[in-house]
Amino acid sequence: MTVIDMDSLQEGQELQSLTKPAISKVQLVKYAGASGDFNPLHTDDAFAQQIGMDGVIAHGMLIMGFMGEYMMNIAGEIAEPTQFSMRFGAMSRPGDVITCTGKVEKIFEKDGKRFVSIQLRAQKSSEEVVGTGKCELRFF
Amino acid sequence: MNLDSSVVGLSGEVFIFDVEFRHIHQFADAIGDANPLYTDKEYAKNSKYGSIIAPPTFSVAFSGEGAELPINLDERRMLHGEQEFIYYRPIQLGDRLYCQRKISDLYEKEGKSGKMQFLVVDTEIKDEGGQMVAVNRMNIIYRGEKS
Repeated sequence: MTVIDMDSLQEGQELQSLTKPAISKVQLVKYAGASGDFNPLHTDDAFAQQIGMDGVIAHGMLIMGFMGEYMMNIAGEIAEPTQFSMRFGAMSRPGDVITCTGKVEKIFEKDGKRFVSIQLRAQKSSEEVVGTGKCELRFF
Repeated sequence: MNLDSSVVGLSGEVFIFDVEFRHIHQFADAIGDANPLYTDKEYAKNSKYGSIIAPPTFSVAFSGEGAELPINLDERRMLHGEQEFIYYRPIQLGDRLYCQRKISDLYEKEGKSGKMQFLVVDTEIKDEGGQMVAVNRMNIIYRGEKS
């Protein structure tokens, strides 16, 4: 866990990254089941090839799930998210290794509470960006 | 046919979603997220949250449930471009959630292949007392018809 240290937090600070194990086909089946997204594009190679892809691609929301894991690791139990967004970039496939990184954007106060906003990015080992996003954490 | 602004404000029926332990567990496990807040009842009880919570993207697992929006959309033209969550409080194990989908915005942008439309679909998630829990905001790119 890479919980942020509230006292040393600085704008522009790069946070410790999270690299996930390679995406697997079984993982896509599990995510389909857990999320209820049964689009065969994510689980059926033959279907994916019929519509012109090389094979199945990962759910965009699985990648955001990785980012959510990263965000909650950063927040630990000293802050909780109030906002979390992501714009989807390149597609991910089984075998891809995704790394999530974050950079402190702003530290601010609202309604008497301290907040930090963090820019988020998920990329493959090839550095191809699969998603960019942002979150706001409110300190307890 | 492209969408026009009359779709903004359309909403589906309110539907109920019960948050169950096994579902949270399976969702976290699929992501490979071992955070004990999602699975370890003792740990979660003694945490700031006071109980098991759901991962921050969990509401995707039910935001599409319930009645369809009263609008005809061509799924082949839809692309999930962006996703946002606004949190008022975490979703907790045992919550009974009252959810409603609404089309909150429609806007256009000039893209590489002509005009593109963007449809914003919010699922508002409230608790039994009517308090807001979260908004799940999906930004869908609605591509022009192939000519």
